[in-house]
Amino acid sequence: MSAVPDGVVAGVAIARSPGYWVTVLWRFSRDPFAVVAALVVLGLIAMAVFAPWLAPQDPFHGMSLRRLRPPGSEGYPLGTDELGRDMLSRLIYGARISLFMGIVPVFAALAVGASIGIVAGYVGGWTNTVLMRTMDVFFAFPSVLLAVALAGALGPGILNSMLALTLVFVPPIARVAESVTTGVRTRDYVEAAKASGAGALIIIRKQVLGNVLGPIFVYAMSLIAVCMILASGLSFLGLGVKPPQPDWGLMLNTLRTAIYTQPLLCALPGLMIFITSISFNLMTDGLRSAMDIKA
Amino acid sequence: MFTYAAKRVLMTMPIMIGVSLVCFALVHLAPGDPLISVLPPDASQAIKDQLMVLYGFDRPYYEQFLRWLVRAVQGDLGTSIRTGRPVAAEIFKAVGNTLMIATLATFIGFVLGTFFGFVAGYFRGSWLDKLASAAAVFGVSVPHYWLGMILVIVFAVQLGWLPPTGAGPGGSEDWRWNWVHVQHLILPAVTMSVIPMGIIARTVRALVAEILSQEFIAGLRAKGLPELGVFRHVVKNVAPTSLAVMGIQLGYLLGGSILIETVFAWPGTGLLLNDAIFQRDLPLLQGTILVLALFFVALNLVVDVFQSALDPRIQRA
Repeated sequence: MSAVPDGVVAGVAIARSPGYWVTVLWRFSRDPFAVVAALVVLGLIAMAVFAPWLAPQDPFHGMSLRRLRPPGSEGYPLGTDELGRDMLSRLIYGARISLFMGIVPVFAALAVGASIGIVAGYVGGWTNTVLMRTMDVFFAFPSVLLAVALAGALGPGILNSMLALTLVFVPPIARVAESVTTGVRTRDYVEAAKASGAGALIIIRKQVLGNVLGPIFVYAMSLIAVCMILASGLSFLGLGVKPPQPDWGLMLNTLRTAIYTQPLLCALPGLMIFITSISFNLMTDGLRSAMDIKA
Repeated sequence: MFTYAAKRVLMTMPIMIGVSLVCFALVHLAPGDPLISVLPPDASQAIKDQLMVLYGFDRPYYEQFLRWLVRAVQGDLGTSIRTGRPVAAEIFKAVGNTLMIATLATFIGFVLGTFFGFVAGYFRGSWLDKLASAAAVFGVSVPHYWLGMILVIVFAVQLGWLPPTGAGPGGSEDWRWNWVHVQHLILPAVTMSVIPMGIIARTVRALVAEILSQEFIAGLRAKGLPELGVFRHVVKNVAPTSLAVMGIQLGYLLGGSILIETVFAWPGTGLLLNDAIFQRDLPLLQGTILVLALFFVALNLVVDVFQSALDPRIQRA
């Protein structure tokens, strides 16, 4: 799914001042790195969606006689893997699971974390203390350790590692949401709404959300690159995607045995992870400066 | 200063208890029999029960937790199910190895990161800034386990300058400070250093740019202070935050060393964690996670107190 146009369209509806979002889009378009990065992200998403039409061969079907062919071999532009499967097709199909595992946990964590943070920030008092101190406990774990520990405890699998990654990203998003909301809560327009008799839910929906979702969303976007690297890392360790599914992290793991014989081949899946995460990072950087949000 | 430090220590206590509760609960999330890794599939129920009692798995959870906590405080983290050795001893041995690469990596990352950050912040908008910022983006975007493989391919496989894996010749794990052993340290530490390099460079760049735009800098220049003197003021203002980021990065590297250690077969806590997960060695898993998390909490505490000593304004916030 394309995150940016969605956010922009939703933002127009919420902020009700098209001027702001047009400015953001215009400023974004002036940053060549961000624009190229956004195009690469869109390209990768398209690659994942249209994988069956783009892949020249079946990514699951291998020929044991044609194992570990180097890139540039006849009929296999990027070579074959350790089971004789076409690398190009597997890399194209790999975009599906890899992007899915990089993006979905962040959005799930955005939904949960933003809710926790906004409630904690708006209600304040004891609710805030209890919610945020609980988050602090999870903050006390380095993110890689928490992801590995959770995925390891739950057992290998796509669903378990996505659950683990979601839990990793809830506390940081909640913390950002809480601090942004606390800042908005004491503003005059919220006081005015209160004075005119609006209830808490109405205020959160009409006054608070429109002003806090932008920064929270941009922060969550910046986590996608981290999530990509972590998700692929879990698969690389054998805690995520299981064979024979094509996933860049898992491919990196299974091709490690070929490091001496076909070094170029086993570097390819990691290159895909790198391209994806750097594109997401540059795109978010551009978005952040276009929206003038301090890091 | 001391009241602030005492307050921070007190605030850390509940977090530490919470962390140990999470570590304990984590392992009990695990589906399946905790003794699955030691028992043969055809073990009789009597032997099973006996072992359950021996490891204390037959008790209610809260009792298991309290026993585990009390023993952990005394330095006893139980016995590894797989090796039969005390968990604390296994971790102690591994922590030293991980500290070695993590400290070296943080140092390299700090030196390069502050350099790139200063260059980018001082020459904002110029091609130097673009170059230094590119290095920073590279650091935060590259999957470091992949970078490790690339470095192995180039420096170990192609050039043959450095050993590809392990902590010593012939897979020996006894560390000595000599060139043969230091050679093994270089690739993992350099690979690991890209993460703190990227993050510190970004932080320092933003800080330097912000400080340079403040009025006191214009004031210093207006009264005729040479540029080197201005630079000293910038350094003094950047130092507390960048040192704090460095300290926290060390904690992240220590806790997140599993990927690098898997790539380089480095015998540290990450490899230990890997073994514990795949062999379902629950006491070892619990203990390793607890030690790494508590270390991170303690490091955060030290960083906070240290930062407030450097910059007293923080205490009032």
